[in-house]
Formats: sequence, C-alpha cells, structure tokens
Amino acid sequence: MAELNTGDGGGKKGGGKVRSKKSNPGVDLTAMVDLAFLLITFFILTTTLSKPQSMNLALPDENKDTETPPETPAWRTLTLVLGSDDKLVWYSGRTDGPPLDGPAVSTYGKAGIRDLILSKKKGVDDRNKAEGADLEKSGITIILKPSEKSNYKNFVDILDEMAITKVKKYATVDITPEDIKMLESNNIYN
Amino acid sequence: MAKIKMAKKSTKVDMTAMCDMAFLLLSFFIMTATAKVPEALPVDTPASTNQTKLPEENLGTLSIAQGKVFYGVTGREERIKALEKMGDKYGVTFTSDEQKKFSLIDGFGVDIRQMKQLIAMKNEDRMREGTQPGIPLDSTNNQLADWIKISREVTKDMHNKDLDIAIKGDSKEEYPTVKKVLDILQKQNKNNFFLVTGLRSEDF
Repeated sequence: MAELNTGDGGGKKGGGKVRSKKSNPGVDLTAMVDLAFLLITFFILTTTLSKPQSMNLALPDENKDTETPPETPAWRTLTLVLGSDDKLVWYSGRTDGPPLDGPAVSTYGKAGIRDLILSKKKGVDDRNKAEGADLEKSGITIILKPSEKSNYKNFVDILDEMAITKVKKYATVDITPEDIKMLESNNIYN
Repeated sequence: MAKIKMAKKSTKVDMTAMCDMAFLLLSFFIMTATAKVPEALPVDTPASTNQTKLPEENLGTLSIAQGKVFYGVTGREERIKALEKMGDKYGVTFTSDEQKKFSLIDGFGVDIRQMKQLIAMKNEDRMREGTQPGIPLDSTNNQLADWIKISREVTKDMHNKDLDIAIKGDSKEEYPTVKKVLDILQKQNKNNFFLVTGLRSEDF
C-alpha cells in the first residue's frame, strides 16, 4: 500500500511485507483508504436523500370564491370529482341538467385521466380555432371538486395533471350533493 | 517508492493517489451535504413533476399530517416577534430566555397556552410522537389563523414583503383537514402558495 516515510531512524517495525534491516519504516494506509470510502458512501447517500424535499408545486391565484362564471359554455368545461380509492368521476357540462359527456370513472395518471383531459382540451381548442375564438381566453376550464373521501395525494396528483397537460384555467370548488350521488353510484365514496 | 532493487517483483501497489482522490471526494460531499433536521411530525409528501424551488426565507410552513397542523416560520427574529404578538393576544408572557429558545424551534404544534411547557422541554422530548397535538384551528379557537396573520404582519414590518406560505401535507391526509387550512388562508386573502412535494417523472 502507500508508504509514508517518516524519516526517523529505526524503531518502528516495517509495516510492509518486507522486513528489511534498513530503516525504512512505512505506514500502511489501507485502513485509512477504506474508512475514507465508507465516509464517502455515507455522505453520498445522505445528500441524495435530503434533496427531494425542495421540489414544490406552486398553486396559481386560486380565487376560490369564484365559481364557474355563468358565461362559460358547457362544452368548454370538464368537471373532475375526486373520490375515494384513488379514483375520480369526470363529466363534461353542468350539473343543473344532463351532462354533455360522462359521468365516467377514471384513475389518475397517464393511463387514466390524462388522455381524457388532453382529448377534451384538443376538442375545445379545435372548436375555438374553427370559430376564430381566442385560444387562451376561451380555452377549456377544468373544475376540480375534491370530496371528503379523497386524500391530499389525489389533490396533488390532479394539480400535477393540470401542469402536465398545460391547462391554464382551473379552479377548486366545493362539491355538490349531485356530485356526491355520482360518486356513490360508482362506488367510490367510501 | 522503494528504490531497493529486488530480484522478486514487488506486489505492492502505491495507493497514495487513490487516497488523495478519496479525501477530495469526501470533502466535496461533506461541503454539499445539508443535515436533515428531525421533525416532530413525520410527513410523507406526495410527488409531483413540478420543479420550482421553495424560497429560503420569508417562508411559513404548514405541515399537515394525522389530522394535525404544525406551523413554522423562517428567521429567528421573525419567530421571536411572532411569539410576542401571539402571547399578547392570548395573555401569555414569555421571558427573553424562553423567546431565545423558541427562536431555535423550526416547527411546533401546540396551543399557545402550552407553549411554555414546550419551550421548557428538551429537543428529544419535543420530537417524540404524540407530545405535540397540533395547533388548534376550529372556529372557536382558531390559533392557526392568528399565527399566520401575525407572521404576515411581522414579515411586512420587517422586510416589507408578504410572507410566502408553503403547505407540506402527508399523502394520506384526508382532504377535509387540507380544506380547512386552505379556507383559513383564503379568508386572509392569501390565494397563492406553495405545495411541498417530492419529484417524479410524468410517467405515472
């Protein structure tokens, strides 16, 4: 191993395998290198574990006292009602009348609700383009209605979906009894 | 290196270089490591794809887990001032020694009337599960709203900026508790805040 020649004559037993009569004391550094690598491994692991805490999802100005402005036409809205068991119900249109589309159950994530949001968004954008309306102002509005049986992770997941699908207009609103009935009939209000 | 000419080949490998590298790497990781502070309330935050960083100062953190809410604000001066004002409001006075000890606590979850006992406890006792029952936030005793309002006033006075609020919620937390906190914030006209999450890719 690495040898440190301390320079004092004699005295110390040679650390290497060769014991020469000449005073050539060496210090075996194997142990120190071992320890150094152990400490490195320890610090690598502890720094990578503390990083995840710093990511965050910023909620935009969620003026929650505004409900869906009555001027929003039903075809531009999509309502997501969050239920229990990591499931949600979606429908397009308003509750004070038969919905335009849905209600149907879905799950979170790429395989679940994301495709639906993207297709609805595309539908609205296409129609807006055809009518010459401003895509930004008349884009799809998504209404989020978390129920008492959903958990915080569901809420964050759906906000994440908003960010991933780049939906600009969304609002969190209180759930209504009709929505609760929808959840119950689909057995996700447990 | 041994310059002794030997008939046999030396089996020794010179490890000086590796040793040097090892210590360099070690120094690097020690410098970049930030020690993780033990928290009184274990929160398992959900993951999101968003990568904005939390602000380092002027931040009030609300930790929501097990139906309890804990609160903490950055900055020792801010903590002392907020404690004083809360104490005035609820009729509890704190000695300057207690104030100093309080300024070292990152987050707490007790009624203001039990604050003196909490400050008197040692750090390990405070961090034990169940010692801190959470800040009351029911309508008759809404101390959380007061804490937030007072922290915002203190930050406004000291730095002329509005306090940022971060919500650190446990994944499994039932939505009603979160809703209560969001309502308290909304009543104070604080409509944009940060949600603390872990990181994940879009594939989920």
